[in-house]
Amino acid sequence: MSEIALLDRRWITRGVQRASAGRFALWLAPWFVLLFLGAYAAGLCFFYGLNQTNMDNRFAFGLWIFADLSIIAMGAGAFFTGFLVYILKQQDLKPVLNSAVVVGFICYSGAVAVLMVDVGQPLRAWFTFWYPNTHSMLTEVTFCISCYLLVLILEYIPLLLKNRQLRKIPAFLVFEHQFHKLVPGLAGVGAFLSFFHQGSLGGLYGVLRGRPFAYRQGLAIWPSTFFLFILSALAVGPSFLMLVVATAEKVTGKQLVQNSVYRKLGFISGVLLALYVAAKAIDTYIWLNITSPAVGFGPRDFYSYWPLSSLFLFIATVPLGLLPAILMIVPVTARKRGCLLCGAVLASGGVLLNRFVMTVQTLALPTLSFDSFLKYTPSWQEVATFGGVIAYGVIVYSLSYRYLPLFAARKGADPNASQD
Amino acid sequence: MSARYGMVIDLDRCTGCGACMVACAAENNVPPAHSRATARTGITPMLVRRLSNGTPGADAREAFIPITCMQCGHETPCVSVCPQQAVEVDKATGIVLQMPQRCLGCRYCMTACPYHARYFNWWDPQWPPGMEQTLNPGVSVRMRGVVEKCNLCHARYHAATEKAAGAGETQIDPLDYVPACVEACPTVAILFGDLADPSDPVSIAADSPDCFRLLAQIGTDPKIHYKTTQDWIRALADRNSLRSHSPEAQHV
Repeated sequence: MSEIALLDRRWITRGVQRASAGRFALWLAPWFVLLFLGAYAAGLCFFYGLNQTNMDNRFAFGLWIFADLSIIAMGAGAFFTGFLVYILKQQDLKPVLNSAVVVGFICYSGAVAVLMVDVGQPLRAWFTFWYPNTHSMLTEVTFCISCYLLVLILEYIPLLLKNRQLRKIPAFLVFEHQFHKLVPGLAGVGAFLSFFHQGSLGGLYGVLRGRPFAYRQGLAIWPSTFFLFILSALAVGPSFLMLVVATAEKVTGKQLVQNSVYRKLGFISGVLLALYVAAKAIDTYIWLNITSPAVGFGPRDFYSYWPLSSLFLFIATVPLGLLPAILMIVPVTARKRGCLLCGAVLASGGVLLNRFVMTVQTLALPTLSFDSFLKYTPSWQEVATFGGVIAYGVIVYSLSYRYLPLFAARKGADPNASQD
Repeated sequence: MSARYGMVIDLDRCTGCGACMVACAAENNVPPAHSRATARTGITPMLVRRLSNGTPGADAREAFIPITCMQCGHETPCVSVCPQQAVEVDKATGIVLQMPQRCLGCRYCMTACPYHARYFNWWDPQWPPGMEQTLNPGVSVRMRGVVEKCNLCHARYHAATEKAAGAGETQIDPLDYVPACVEACPTVAILFGDLADPSDPVSIAADSPDCFRLLAQIGTDPKIHYKTTQDWIRALADRNSLRSHSPEAQHV
């Protein structure tokens, strides 16, 4: 066995089987290529400016904001699973909790990284904390994403310190043991922060009075999109978590969690998705019949432009909304893992489509009556940066899976002797 | 008493010559367009757009509509969304001001603006050698990565207030504060003044039944009024009159 393989072996949790160092390196290699390509593209944007993108004065938000909103929604499994386990005491979901924390950390840190490339003056990011405009949804987004990322880092640290080699350092062991007591509290804080963050991302568009396609009335200071984004993120978070775990199972060829965990996640996701579809239908009805006509806009103004027609609304509501909800709730289909995962894929697709519509379609539609429908295609730098974040996620998750007890067994069991 | 500076732009007088655009760029130190800039990435705080009735042959009609920041007075979309208070409405003048020095470059304000009157500096500002001598010393040059917009030549307002203060006056002489586009228009198509003053010619003109405001129905109280006696222009530009789905508008 080579030196590197021996070194690698010493960092892997005792008693678990992992692929050889060579195979693992082979798995990581293409992702690292993608990561470096993304870093290069981001570097071009930092060095030469955002003229490297295909965004413009009319399409001021592009692929990155869509990616940001989507990634954050997908990462909702982190705070929601923590909330379910620590606050609602759903202990049977504990086997996926660590995985949920890693997914959340990846999603939030990835989104922050993309945002830093996306702004014209990233060195002025601290201005938002120094001169906050309390009326701006983006201020709420910035505060919540920063604070929750900090919480996720704090939640990730105990998991990191469970590594076989790091546990040998007494100070780390004591720190991890003591710190672990704070985790339920952190889960509560995280739930609060992420709840508001998900909502404020929806509010970001819902408050745009000048964009009747996105503008919504609401409750108190929040437009209805605030609540719809929270509900859709709650619905898709468990679905995406299921998909991540199922992908890990597929790649590693091991069963990492019991089927019952999948069914529970699927049921929660399905019920919330059904609620979301109902709420979205009511919201759409009010928007099309009251909110928009009041400012001189009607369905024709929004759905006359191919391909962003009413077909999108139907697809997001029925095949990517109601259908996955049924697949994940009805016992006959929910018992079959294939149906469950199919539901999770469709649900994730539905939320992605919703974020696409809110970010891209809002800007493509004309507001001035003599204006025309706009088109935008992201540049390779935008796509590569996005790809870099995906690669970053795969690499962090893969490393976490290999060197950390990601799927620790049930309460009382020794994580070192876990089934994975 | 606070002023509410605004304009009445007579579309029947506008010939689309673009003098207002040139004057605006020169007054406000807008750099020459980058070689890769397009109609959608250039900086044109005053932008003349072409309107067409879309009819072929002898019935074809064209007009021009200068688009600039509408200086929204109520629930100003760009002000409320800026996360770090880089945009504000000046209470003394009603002018919507942008602070490029504080701008993060997030472009949320551009997304919020229904008039597409905000511009991002996609490139470093550069002038050909020697041309930097023409820069207006009263206006800061904006750096790459920040948003800018029309501020009704606020530097001229500053100069007018300084002049008034020097003379011991509390009010500026209206003749001392005229934006560059207004001054440059050869057909006097742009009328500028204080909409809060009922005796101001701009207030009187704005009350004309021939006047309308773009997207007035969304409730942001834009202070740029347009005037036309031609029904087809009114029908095309004023959403309250008619909603058109096959509009024709191009940049000059």
